[in-house]
Amino acid sequence: MKADESKCVNCHRCVSLCPTRALKIVKTDHTFKENANWKGEVIQDIYRQAESGGVLLASMGTPKDYPVYWDKMLVNASQVTNPSIDPLREPMETRTYLGQKESVIKRDANGKIITKTAPQLKLEIPIMFSAMSYGSISYNAHKSLALAAQELGIYYNTGEGGLHEDFYQYGKNTIVQVASGRFGVHPGYLNAGAAIEIKMGQGAKPGIGGHLPGSKIGEDISKTRMIPLHSDAISPAPHHDIYSIEDLRQLVFALKEATAYTKPIIVKVAAVHNISAIASGIARSGADIIAIDGFRGGTGAAPARTRDNVGIPIELALASVDERLRQEGIRGNVSLVVGGSIRSSSDVLKAIALGADAVYVATSALIALGCHLCRTCHSGKCNWGIATQNPELVKRLNPEVGSERLVNLITAWNHELKEMMGGMGINSIEALRGNRLMLRGIGLHETELNILGIKHAGA
Amino acid sequence: MRSGSMQYVIIGNSITSVGCIESIRKHDTTGAITVIGEENHPIYARPLISYLLQGKTDEQKMTYRDEEFYQKHGVQVLTGRRVEKIEVEGQLLRLDDGSSMQYDKLLIATGSLPFIPPMKNLEEVEHRHTFLSLSDAKELEAELQPSSRVLIIGAGLIGLKCAEGILERVQSVTVVDLADRILSSILDEEGSARVQTHLEQIGIRFHLGDSVCEFCGQEALLTSGKVVGFDILVLAVGVKPNIALAKDAGLAVNKGILIDQACRTSNPHIWAGGDCSEGWELLSGERRNLALLPNAYMQGETAGYSMAENEQRFENAIAMNAIGFFGLHIITAGIYQGEDLCFATEKGYKRLFIKDDHLVGCILIGDQVARGGIYTNLIRSRTDLRTLDFAMISEQPALMAFAQKVRSEQLGRAQ
Amino acid sequence: MKKIYVNEQWCLACHLCEYYCAYANSGLSDMVQALKDKPLHPRIQVEQRGTVSFAVNCRHCSEPLCLKSCIAGAITEKDGLIVIDQDKCVGCYSCIMACPYGALMPSESGVMQKCELCATNSHGLPVCVQGCPNQAIVYEER
Repeated sequence: MKADESKCVNCHRCVSLCPTRALKIVKTDHTFKENANWKGEVIQDIYRQAESGGVLLASMGTPKDYPVYWDKMLVNASQVTNPSIDPLREPMETRTYLGQKESVIKRDANGKIITKTAPQLKLEIPIMFSAMSYGSISYNAHKSLALAAQELGIYYNTGEGGLHEDFYQYGKNTIVQVASGRFGVHPGYLNAGAAIEIKMGQGAKPGIGGHLPGSKIGEDISKTRMIPLHSDAISPAPHHDIYSIEDLRQLVFALKEATAYTKPIIVKVAAVHNISAIASGIARSGADIIAIDGFRGGTGAAPARTRDNVGIPIELALASVDERLRQEGIRGNVSLVVGGSIRSSSDVLKAIALGADAVYVATSALIALGCHLCRTCHSGKCNWGIATQNPELVKRLNPEVGSERLVNLITAWNHELKEMMGGMGINSIEALRGNRLMLRGIGLHETELNILGIKHAGA
Repeated sequence: MRSGSMQYVIIGNSITSVGCIESIRKHDTTGAITVIGEENHPIYARPLISYLLQGKTDEQKMTYRDEEFYQKHGVQVLTGRRVEKIEVEGQLLRLDDGSSMQYDKLLIATGSLPFIPPMKNLEEVEHRHTFLSLSDAKELEAELQPSSRVLIIGAGLIGLKCAEGILERVQSVTVVDLADRILSSILDEEGSARVQTHLEQIGIRFHLGDSVCEFCGQEALLTSGKVVGFDILVLAVGVKPNIALAKDAGLAVNKGILIDQACRTSNPHIWAGGDCSEGWELLSGERRNLALLPNAYMQGETAGYSMAENEQRFENAIAMNAIGFFGLHIITAGIYQGEDLCFATEKGYKRLFIKDDHLVGCILIGDQVARGGIYTNLIRSRTDLRTLDFAMISEQPALMAFAQKVRSEQLGRAQ
Repeated sequence: MKKIYVNEQWCLACHLCEYYCAYANSGLSDMVQALKDKPLHPRIQVEQRGTVSFAVNCRHCSEPLCLKSCIAGAITEKDGLIVIDQDKCVGCYSCIMACPYGALMPSESGVMQKCELCATNSHGLPVCVQGCPNQAIVYEER
């Protein structure tokens, strides 16, 4: 048996399937003459560009060694003076609602409370699957997410690829996205989901649009996206009808009108330098939920330089947005959802303690589906049947298997979440949200601690 | 469920009887079942007698059903007892010990008897055997010596299985048959030739298109003028349905006892099945005596259902044989009519017969036998060949050749 | 009763079921030892043509033609499970002649073998199903 080393992308398909665990992939010992400045990958990139003359494309989140603040925060626990809670024996609430919250209590003439709450998303677990379009991922991957969201009582997100007719049945657990290309958007689509997300930006590629090559626009996708067969699907960098918060407000309300004010509107933005000001604007635009995507977030394809150099870490963005909205007294106007490399239940816990209402996960979900982070999604040859439209490869992902693995993952995280919350003596997401006293920094300097709004460990 | 008073009686204690008992008991757990068998053995796998001589099985393993079979099915067995007469008027059986037995429903499964054509001085041959029953096999075995020269009359299934069973244990085996080729009832010429070559290479001698004119002591004079010396003679020319009782009772008979698709005879209280019967054959649309084990079981089973008043019809009986000699396996089925397709390899041979877009027959030899049941099923189910990829399935039996919908039904639904 | 069913849609023709089957029925506890450098004699077999593939094994029919055709009485049914007593089998191929699915085949020793849902080996539950990476074969009630 022979293997072509040059074609191996280290996807681990062979390793995973070998019944006797007889295979392992080893790193080639071939190297460039590297030094601390001119690393192998840098040299390699130059050769690639010298050959192609094109923009370097990359997939999944940045592999660069930027600080991961989740790993620099530690969580508190109860000892002696306050009791911890055992989630196996006592109630522990991880259900949460996303949407505008009333800031004043209104009463009628008889003093009875008038309850007229804005539309909400009800999450059994404060985790959602973030936007991945049908097109960027396969039918079976989409179906896996939909089935899992349904079983878990959470939501998955169509991305900007429209909604395949087969998936309308999962509408109660679907967030439909409206992006700059407006692909697949029509009244039926808008009303099919539980919420509508306006995508202004994406963590992996802030400031730029998207491009699904015509070769991937097969019959099904062309129908779903409402574009001609084999035509390139180009999402413009901006929404050409939104150049201001006022413009955004128009779209928010246009969508509310289209859905008779029954569905919350999410505005998704990438975490960039002035994110707190932007979030403040969105919170005043009429949007119900702000989703912020950090720069470590994944993508099916993005220019490598953008992915690796544009945007800011989600932890810092979240802390500053939450703080800003509180200071302005408009935190209750919106719920905050954060994404961009949420890797574990402790990341979820820390995000909520920093001020998030819920998190978005995508890369973790794909890994649960089999993805081994070979980071060649843009080749369209995903060996796990996820980021591909090749029927033979798509077949490799049975949605029954996929959804079960997703359900397992999120259920496991929920158990862990409850356990850690219990350890802190906290029994609801409500009580954890924005509870930064539960976090301490480790190895962080003063500015970072200030932005995160937490003390250093020991302090 | 029927009341417990029903009296089922079965004459014969072999495969047909088992089929009958098993199907009666699926619907009537209380009626009395009595089996009367001439042989002094519990039900054994009759076709295994050649394997017994070959040492591939033993008497213990040859039992066709386990020891508790009769008890588990609430069957009373009389072995070594013969029915002398069926009195249809009184629904009564007269037994050889003078006793009699009443029946409500009777199955005749008396099997077959060896057919022995007249041969001059046959009675004078001292070591003379037939090869149908366990007793036959044991008697033959008792006489086998390493120095024995065995002459077998008949190159059909029985004669050749006998030859295979004893070849290693004797000095020589010679087979004589009137037909000019071996296994002429189930093979075509090419098939016969291939199997003959194989058997000759192993050491069996054949005199074909020939017959015994006369026996002279330990020599057989053949019509061709050849003389074959022998110590032991085995008569395996063929079998004939054992219909004496039925005929005597006035039931409609031809070569065998005539039965309908529910295996009922001309008498409403009497059923018949197995080698003694003549039931409807699917492909010819005529009644045929199919003296084959699967047929015997299924006729017994059908009779049992009908006797227990849960009538089912056995409508797809065809001739089918699986037989092997010294590692060379053969599967044949159906009739050899219509257009044919031939595939020959060094190690195997296949011929398919197609008539009116239906597969009606097949001959599979050697490396062509794998998954042969897929072909026999096409024949038995009268599958229209236009509904599948015949080019593919004729090359190799495979479920892939069926339409996806058919296949998902086959593999995805509880069968 | 629970049986093995085939979901053709998900079969990847990886043939792992065949390897797991041969291993499960080898009587050995180590797969490498059971299969390495030996001819494979699985009781489940994958049919493959172009992009279509599926595994075939015994359907455990309610009207088992193999059982009715067995000349040795070596094939029996117990609670819906069709099993073959290899000790009694003489290798006559009658079951191969009868089975509409082509689901019986000779074993290494020449006597017949068939899928017995791993109920008669040390595994207890069908190992091919456990080993199928895509649930293309499932073990369930239908």
